[in-house]
Amino acid sequence: MTTTAAPAQNQTYAVEVHDLHVRYDRVEALQGVDFALPRGTALGIVGPNGSGKSTLLKTVAGLVQPSQGTVRVQGRPPRELPAGTIGYVPQIEDVDWQFPVTVRDVVGMGRYPRLAPFRPFSAHDRRAVARALDALDLGSLADRHISELSGGQQQRTFVARAIAQEPLLLLLDEPTTGVDATTEDALLRLVRGLVADGLPVLMTTHDLDRANEWFDRLIVVDRKILADGVPDDVLQSGAYAAIREHTHVHGHHRADQHTH
Amino acid sequence: MDSVLAPFQYDFMQRAFVVALFVGALCSAMGTYVVLRRLSFIGDGLAHASFAGIAIAYLRGANFYAGAAAATIITSLLIGFVHRRGRVSLDTAIGVLFTGAFALGVFLMSRSPRATVDLQSFLFGSILGVSPFDVAMVVGLGLFVALVVGALWRPLLYTSFDPIVAEAAGIRAGFVDYALLVILALTIIVALQAVGIVLVAALLVTPAAAAAQLTKRFVPMMLLSCLFGVFSTVGGLYASYELHASSGATIVLLATLLFFVTLAISAARRPRRAL
Repeated sequence: MTTTAAPAQNQTYAVEVHDLHVRYDRVEALQGVDFALPRGTALGIVGPNGSGKSTLLKTVAGLVQPSQGTVRVQGRPPRELPAGTIGYVPQIEDVDWQFPVTVRDVVGMGRYPRLAPFRPFSAHDRRAVARALDALDLGSLADRHISELSGGQQQRTFVARAIAQEPLLLLLDEPTTGVDATTEDALLRLVRGLVADGLPVLMTTHDLDRANEWFDRLIVVDRKILADGVPDDVLQSGAYAAIREHTHVHGHHRADQHTH
Repeated sequence: MDSVLAPFQYDFMQRAFVVALFVGALCSAMGTYVVLRRLSFIGDGLAHASFAGIAIAYLRGANFYAGAAAATIITSLLIGFVHRRGRVSLDTAIGVLFTGAFALGVFLMSRSPRATVDLQSFLFGSILGVSPFDVAMVVGLGLFVALVVGALWRPLLYTSFDPIVAEAAGIRAGFVDYALLVILALTIIVALQAVGIVLVAALLVTPAAAAAQLTKRFVPMMLLSCLFGVFSTVGGLYASYELHASSGATIVLLATLLFFVTLAISAARRPRRAL
């Protein structure tokens, strides 16, 4: 990578992460991560439990502050972006499932960041919600209360909310974990369609079998980037297998406690 | 008919009913957020904390509202600060600060030779003693809080449901939390006049909890909560006149009764639900 970071060149990257360190108490979750993501690219992030994958997404989302290094989204720190720029779907939605909202209400929240106070939904807002419901095949469930959904339907609802937001960057934290094959196929088609339209997507996953269908580029993370390239090359390099072996033999005790 | 309208022949009763109407609507609307965000304890906490300001205002001959507002807002900001910066859970932060502020009020009062009848009314409510100025304060503050809730309607709903994703999307969840605490504090100051410190928490929680038994949508929940709140305050005030009982206590008992009625309705419906 060249070090001449001309402003014009910055614009070509949706996400730039440089020398990123993140520390939680005494545990350093990330120890110097560098990558740059162009528009219209799906970047997969793989690594063992507790490798810092989720932390990396949260830091790009501006939810976690780096202890060292920089994160730039559209050339700016995540916290200084216009509202609505980043669509984030966390790994586990820790919401109150009895909260009084329907699927349509939740998907409609995707429009909230861009709406001025007292401004009603515009025709465009309503279209964005309808399109997101359609894209995730939620049309018939739109008026259901969220407690009446299956796990896959819940996951599709939260992805639909992120899509309705019309973000300039989409962050997905293990969206395929624990969902049925139909939901996974629907998500894959959706993500590839959005990427073809120019959206940059950053996604963590455990599922390596279809990595070359999902991603243009794959990075293996275990606090640092261990491999970076097109999915087939990365998987054949054995970097991920080596980590798996390492994890299996030695265990990541502190890290595992973090995730459970 | 004359006997039904009997309470309204007195100016002080007319004022009391206006205050009851506004306080009932305002507290129970805010109660929707209190219940959904699990902040029941905070209503009680901020009401008690206001006592420090009331005591200082009383001893220095300053305005009651100014004292109560200053103490409540400072305490609510401190609660938010201690919670965010001090790795202290929200309920613990509330517990520490509200008891401290309440004790400060009692401490200051106990050192004063001026024995107090007035202050009793702040602890247990004085809706029959409200002045025209109090009515104007209640209506004015009530409209202000309604305006803020209207302006922050969507951020409040989003951060109540899913603060992390809302924050990632660019909604300033910290600012919304502080704003909610401040308008909650203002609501409590309004409610103090009607039902007193001890009973404020009930009005902030019970009508909304009753509404949550009957609906699974946010707007209907808030409207039902307002309906139950107004029914409790206005109905309770009327009943207290007829029964020659404490107005604050009657209001809360009516709200509690409503809650158990909705609970019974909800329980009767449950076997038929898809759940």
